[in-house]
Amino acid sequence: MVAINDFKFDADGYLVDPNTWTPELAQAIAEREGVTLTDRHWVVINYARAEYKAKGEAPTLRNITKNTDVDTKELYSLFPGGPGKKAAMVAGLHKPTGCI
Amino acid sequence: MKTFLILGGGTGGTIMANKLVKRLDPQEWKIVIVDKSEIHYYQPGFLFIPFGMYKPEDVVERKKSYLPSSVQFIQSEIEKITPEENEVTLKGGQVLHYDTLLIASGTDIHPEEIEGMLDGGWYQNIFDFYTFEGTTKLAKFLEKFNGGRVVINVAEMPIKCPVAPLEFAFLADDYFVRRGIRSKVELVYATPLPGAFTKPRSSAALGSMLDQKGIHLEPDFAISGVDSSRNVLSSFDGRELNYDLLVTIPTNMGADFIGKSGLGDDLNFVPTNKATLQSSKWENIWVIGDAANVPASKAGAVTHFESDTLIENIVHQLKGEPLEETFDGHANCYIESGHGKALLIDFNYNTEPLPGTYPLPVVGPFSLLKESTINHWGKLAFKWMYWNLIVKGRPMPVSTQMSMVGKKP
Repeated sequence: MVAINDFKFDADGYLVDPNTWTPELAQAIAEREGVTLTDRHWVVINYARAEYKAKGEAPTLRNITKNTDVDTKELYSLFPGGPGKKAAMVAGLHKPTGCI
Repeated sequence: MKTFLILGGGTGGTIMANKLVKRLDPQEWKIVIVDKSEIHYYQPGFLFIPFGMYKPEDVVERKKSYLPSSVQFIQSEIEKITPEENEVTLKGGQVLHYDTLLIASGTDIHPEEIEGMLDGGWYQNIFDFYTFEGTTKLAKFLEKFNGGRVVINVAEMPIKCPVAPLEFAFLADDYFVRRGIRSKVELVYATPLPGAFTKPRSSAALGSMLDQKGIHLEPDFAISGVDSSRNVLSSFDGRELNYDLLVTIPTNMGADFIGKSGLGDDLNFVPTNKATLQSSKWENIWVIGDAANVPASKAGAVTHFESDTLIENIVHQLKGEPLEETFDGHANCYIESGHGKALLIDFNYNTEPLPGTYPLPVVGPFSLLKESTINHWGKLAFKWMYWNLIVKGRPMPVSTQMSMVGKKP
């Protein structure tokens, strides 16, 4: 079991350094958020990590639904309360922001 | 004779045509620019038209008036690019060969991407302000609007000029106050982002602005559709917003021909090196402005800063020299806040908008991340700078790379 307290999070609960993320930490963050991870969650998390690696930011909802077999409805049932934010949080990425 | 082909004659295409004529040998290079329209719109002015601050004719110029006479202008739609053959096919079937290609085809709104957006209410009580048609029709609608619920909605990110929807909300508040009907108008700002201000310093400095102006915020609003028969906007998490007037910023996408050519991402933006502005895949293809998928704001000021890196890199490449990785994502935007005031923000890929003064320390004259009257005059003066300095590729009195001078980290 990974000790979630060993990692630094911002005030909103996002991992400060996305590069310190591990799959075990995803389990711990999900638990903290009341989400039980299934294979379908991992489709989203793995895709989000790959996008982060390629582009340096978390993918948008459109990006996830276009490039995985998870549609918007399922995304909301997997990550209740805002899949864009929650998926990024569990994947150890920063929350989606604007320029200001 | 070699051909330097530019696709798109808006802000980026025009700036680069003006820079290229000064740097390419006219004995060796022919510069050709293709665009479907001969009108060059001053797009920052679209924001002012609904509120009567600009007249429609204030934002319309002819593209050719701002292009060097030696540049050949072809008015045509573009069918596709065939990068393996160094060819561009136009709508009528004409094929243009190029030695070097610059993609400057921008971004457009796609209301058809949102379920129900074009059913019934479109241009009746649903308007965009990102097109000449949308903003002029919205101006006519507002003249007869005497109260009700106005919802301003950003469908999804990224969008062109990401601060414009907020400016629209602030100017709408100002406009209804001036007309004496503010108490009869409810203003709602619905955004897919977690807030109106999402960066820590902006949020701390400006977080209360919406409340002060009586604008209701609906954060994390991921639009699922519009029902024109009930005048309701709904989200994937089951929220419904009624409106009497819906001002939408629909999905933004790059040009269709980019997608057809297999050169785009999910939204038809071209994968581009964010520091050199060269296509990620093709050495003789360059990308400027909104058409690129770089993580900078889609805005004219960014396009202008990009042009300084681009012109040097194009010349470097033609001489076989290494490219400069000098584009830092620099953006500089005035944000109208209503009642004769504006904010100014200055930032890049790595530095969020910070408070301070710009471009000089203490004396400014512009204040960063803070409302002031001088900032508003700066925004209005920008129109003169756009037509006389920026699109003509002339130097501006500010640095290309973002500077920390005057900023308070």
